[in-house]
Amino acid sequence: MKKPVFKQIDGNSSSYLMLLALLGSFIVAALGATFYMEHGGHYVTGMSNQIVWGMPHVFAVFLIVAASGALNVASISSVFGKTAYKPLAPLSTLVALALLAGGLMILVLDLGRPDRLIVAMTKYNFKSIFAWNMILYNGFFAIVGIYMWTMLQRNLNQYSKIAGFSAFIWRLMLTTGTGSIFGFLVARQAYDAAIMAPMFIVMSFSFGLAIFLLIVIATYKWTNRPLGDATFKRLKNLLGVFVAGVLYFVIAQHLTNLYATEHHGVEAFILRDGGIYTQLFWFGQIILGSLIPLAIIYHPATGNSRSAISIASLFIILGGLAQMYVIIIGGQAYPLELFPGKEVTSSFYDGIVNSYYPTLAETLLGIGGIAVSLFIVAFAVKVLRFLPESLADEAVDPHHSK
Amino acid sequence: MSPNQSEKNTDQYRRKFLAQSAAVAGLTIAPGIILNQVAHAKSDSDKVSANNRWGMLIDTNKCAKGCTDCVTACQTENGWGGANSTETHSNKEQQAQWIRKVTITDKQTGHVQSLPLMCQHCETAPCVDVCPTGASMKREDGIVLVDKHICIGCRYCMMACPYKARSFVHEKLEFQKNHAPRGIGTVESCTMCTHRVDKGQNPACVEACSTKNHNAMIFGDLKDANSAISIELKKHGGEQIRADLGLNTGVRYQNL
Repeated sequence: MKKPVFKQIDGNSSSYLMLLALLGSFIVAALGATFYMEHGGHYVTGMSNQIVWGMPHVFAVFLIVAASGALNVASISSVFGKTAYKPLAPLSTLVALALLAGGLMILVLDLGRPDRLIVAMTKYNFKSIFAWNMILYNGFFAIVGIYMWTMLQRNLNQYSKIAGFSAFIWRLMLTTGTGSIFGFLVARQAYDAAIMAPMFIVMSFSFGLAIFLLIVIATYKWTNRPLGDATFKRLKNLLGVFVAGVLYFVIAQHLTNLYATEHHGVEAFILRDGGIYTQLFWFGQIILGSLIPLAIIYHPATGNSRSAISIASLFIILGGLAQMYVIIIGGQAYPLELFPGKEVTSSFYDGIVNSYYPTLAETLLGIGGIAVSLFIVAFAVKVLRFLPESLADEAVDPHHSK
Repeated sequence: MSPNQSEKNTDQYRRKFLAQSAAVAGLTIAPGIILNQVAHAKSDSDKVSANNRWGMLIDTNKCAKGCTDCVTACQTENGWGGANSTETHSNKEQQAQWIRKVTITDKQTGHVQSLPLMCQHCETAPCVDVCPTGASMKREDGIVLVDKHICIGCRYCMMACPYKARSFVHEKLEFQKNHAPRGIGTVESCTMCTHRVDKGQNPACVEACSTKNHNAMIFGDLKDANSAISIELKKHGGEQIRADLGLNTGVRYQNL
């Protein structure tokens, strides 16, 4: 295998500048939305004392989960020694950091008091999984940043294996932490399950790789660099396995809940009676986000098509957002079980399904997080050497024969 | 000057002298009395002690259906909700409720009960566990509070609370009570009227309930075996809401 040659993209075309301008306008819109939300208070959002976390959290958690998954390609090359993935390892670390930055931006800007971020950085309650996550996020930036550096600077290449191994362990901890934010919520019927942590890890594999694959296909197409079938097929087959993995965890989670009578209520809500949440679960998460992508990836007629796989990746991303919506909003919409076996009514909406209508502002903040991530990637590949000049088959696979 | 006039002047002088002496004596003694009171008042360290665990016992049989006096008393005492609320931009789902009346109907028997629900002041409070900054905290005497100065408004405590006892302030508020500051972007809940408890008084809700002669709520020290609440709990018992979670709540209910 030839040593890959990394080169910045030219980034002079009008379409590249248009892309940056478009992403920039979404970021400006998100900042405007934040100002609007924080100026007078959260009353302008659809969030309430019943639905505490809303659309910003759907996007934020999705991006944070996807961030650790985007690191897959680098991990596979460094930790598992698969050289075919090595040329894309630097980009993989970049996308991981960019996604985390976008996700955290949303989370911070949605705080009731974002001006007190310094408090969050200086006062830690070590029993809180949230506080642990702050350490995990910051550690992720540091470790993946060092890992990226060891790959970009040639005389540090020898350390990239150990750095990559550290990053791999850290990203597993990070997603365990993110999943545990929900897994540790003992009070709510939809959460409080140990399966949340491993399920979030597999979700991260799937969402992160879908985003990564989409970025690779788009970048190589737009910059007219060769992307060989060997790399492409490896990535898309891996994506298929991950999508199936998520499906497996979702099935396991719901079957376990369906067995226990105590969870029948919340299961009936998500799977059958929950209105928007039921629709998002079946049509968004299962059909659009899992079954259709699996069919596209493995069907011979579509499995080799770049555009078909791009669409499959997009569906996985949309399905992932739907899944987050069902978990985060659906889990809160279902009433708290305060008095089992009794009907409950009160002035504070006890015993009823809580309603939530996301406003434009909070949705713009969420989209802004994605824009920040993509802007970082688009900008970084222009100023630093992240992308191999060629991912043609003969460049990445020594055993490839035409 | 006539003798009468001279006598009158002497009387005036005496009166003036006595009044001034009294004033001087008063000024001399007063600080001593005040200091004496201060010396005998509870010191700051005495006020909150792990020797106490404040709790409440609510008898749902005595709690009148439709009566919301405890809620109104809490609103008046702590300055949330009610007719004079400045929380006008928030919709009903966004407005804070520190205490609420809940009506529960048994699905099997149709038996209807009414009870007030507020922060249950858990011994192992999930809100305290999950709070990243430690703003959500428990005093030594068991009262669970939010430190408004370090709450960043992440709302994780609200996700974690099994009782939906916490509210987030969705807008800027005016005309707040000195003893119950409320801040935009932070979380709040029942304080068990710490400002009253620290002065040896009952929480406002408990007082209102007994004023109305319902006497459905008893407040007291769970660690004092001779307190009314401990005696009643020992005699007739008391249940926790969501006892399965093992949180050892400070608020207990009878006839649930």
